[in-house]
Amino acid sequence: MSELKALYQEVILDHNKNPRNFRAMEDADRAVEGYNPLCGDHYTIYVKLEGAVVKDISFTGAGCAISKASASVMSATVKGKTKAEAEQLFETFHKLVMGELHGENHIDELGKLAAFSGVSEFPARVKCASLAWHSMKSALAAKSETVSTE
Amino acid sequence: MPATAIAIEKTLDVKNIRKDFPILSRQVHGKPLVYLDNAATSQKPQVVIDALARYYREQNSNVHRGVHFLSGFATEAYEETRSKIQRYINAASEKEIIFVRGTTEGVNLIAQSFGKKFIGKGDEVLISALEHHSNIVPWQIVCEERGALLCVAPINDDGEVIIEEYERLLTPRTKIAAFAHISNALGTVNPVKEMISLAHARGIPVLIDGAQALPHQRVDMRDLDCDFYTFSSHKMFGPTGVGILYGKEKLLNTLPPYQGGGDMIRSVTFEKTTYNDLPYKFEAGTPNIADVVGFGAAIDYLERLDFRTVEAYEQELLAYATEAITSNPRVRLIGTAKQKAGVLSFIVEGVHAHDVGTILDSEGIAVRTGHHCAMPVMLRFNVPATARASFAFYNTREEADALARGIQKVNEVFG
Repeated sequence: MSELKALYQEVILDHNKNPRNFRAMEDADRAVEGYNPLCGDHYTIYVKLEGAVVKDISFTGAGCAISKASASVMSATVKGKTKAEAEQLFETFHKLVMGELHGENHIDELGKLAAFSGVSEFPARVKCASLAWHSMKSALAAKSETVSTE
Repeated sequence: MPATAIAIEKTLDVKNIRKDFPILSRQVHGKPLVYLDNAATSQKPQVVIDALARYYREQNSNVHRGVHFLSGFATEAYEETRSKIQRYINAASEKEIIFVRGTTEGVNLIAQSFGKKFIGKGDEVLISALEHHSNIVPWQIVCEERGALLCVAPINDDGEVIIEEYERLLTPRTKIAAFAHISNALGTVNPVKEMISLAHARGIPVLIDGAQALPHQRVDMRDLDCDFYTFSSHKMFGPTGVGILYGKEKLLNTLPPYQGGGDMIRSVTFEKTTYNDLPYKFEAGTPNIADVVGFGAAIDYLERLDFRTVEAYEQELLAYATEAITSNPRVRLIGTAKQKAGVLSFIVEGVHAHDVGTILDSEGIAVRTGHHCAMPVMLRFNVPATARASFAFYNTREEADALARGIQKVNEVFG
């Protein structure tokens, strides 16, 4: 049960229930679809840029609690950051869910992302947590193909 | 009802049956394993595990044509399974039993060979809206190749094929009808005999995907009178990597080979090759000998069970489990056909199936979550995914209770 609690932390349950930036964006500069065909998690990430800064970011779609909360926290974290900062956050998050980072040593850097530290104990769920992040990275790189983390 | 149920359980002796399956006594995450993913693959009794080890320890050799002792021995063991299967499904001849890798390969073999011979431009292939991807995609491929049309008989809100629609879609252009005996995603048992007669009345041959049927019931080919029937060893307590394609001898003889290679030929020159007789015509290359031998052991095991008792036990268990999980008001069952085999596909309101699966797993309960390789079925019910608990004869009421408690835990975690 403790591992389960570590996976479904309050932050995740909250962002799943009340996802932030959960809306389509009419005037987005880029929109990237993220889809895991095996589990059906399916999101679109919208990005509006102002120079090198992520002026606005939002998402629509459906999937499990981990994928939805991850998209929500990602959008809240990346908004207002530069592209370079967003990519750095992607790297940090990726290491976190792969179990290559220990949350307690990176508290400042991680902020709300730390809620996903339990994911690394559930290898089958890593792809759920990563989907929105990969889509965001792809959007910033101006790639328009559908992203999959299967 | 409870009194009867106890009597049946006693007759089936589930307690002792469970001892035959060593994996059922293991723990997962510190809890006793509750294995409810039987529609994906079943567990194996010790006799099957032993047969595999014994084969490699004492019998391993390549089959057919060998003059040495072991080759003869391996050939005999391999061919013995063929005749066991023939008897088990009451096929008219061993020539009608073709070893394939599994149900998927069985469907592909017929789609390709039958398609090449009989399906042309403007023809139709009829399937149902219940099908597993393995009984959709091979037909899509062949229809695309031959300029034919794939037609789909719709299902109703309970997940039953609408027979009137199915009948309407059997047209003069229909070259073959292919459908599941039992739906893997919903557990619906199709009225296969009726569906076969309706097709035969119009001269249309029928292929049945029996992957989900054989684990739950005995199937009699001559009684069903279908033209092709295919199923997998691993879903019926045998090893992975082996399946059977049954086909009526007369029809199989008209079909071109599926793959070329060793064993499927009679003589080869660069100018002309003549093919071997049935069933070898469709078995190119060294087959999966060890797993075929293991499959034979699984058939022996199943032969010792009285399937009327097994079916009654499974139906009682399904009714019990259905009641146990649907008493939770947040559970919605997907697939409520009148005739069902041991499958409970469900969603927990407000919680995605993968989260349900992870929480159940933490309780040692193995269920499958996702689209179950039946994305059109999910689309029909407008759900992205379901959690699916699927039962075998070794499952118990206690395990159904554990499932219900596990779902309660899902409610607790998600509030």
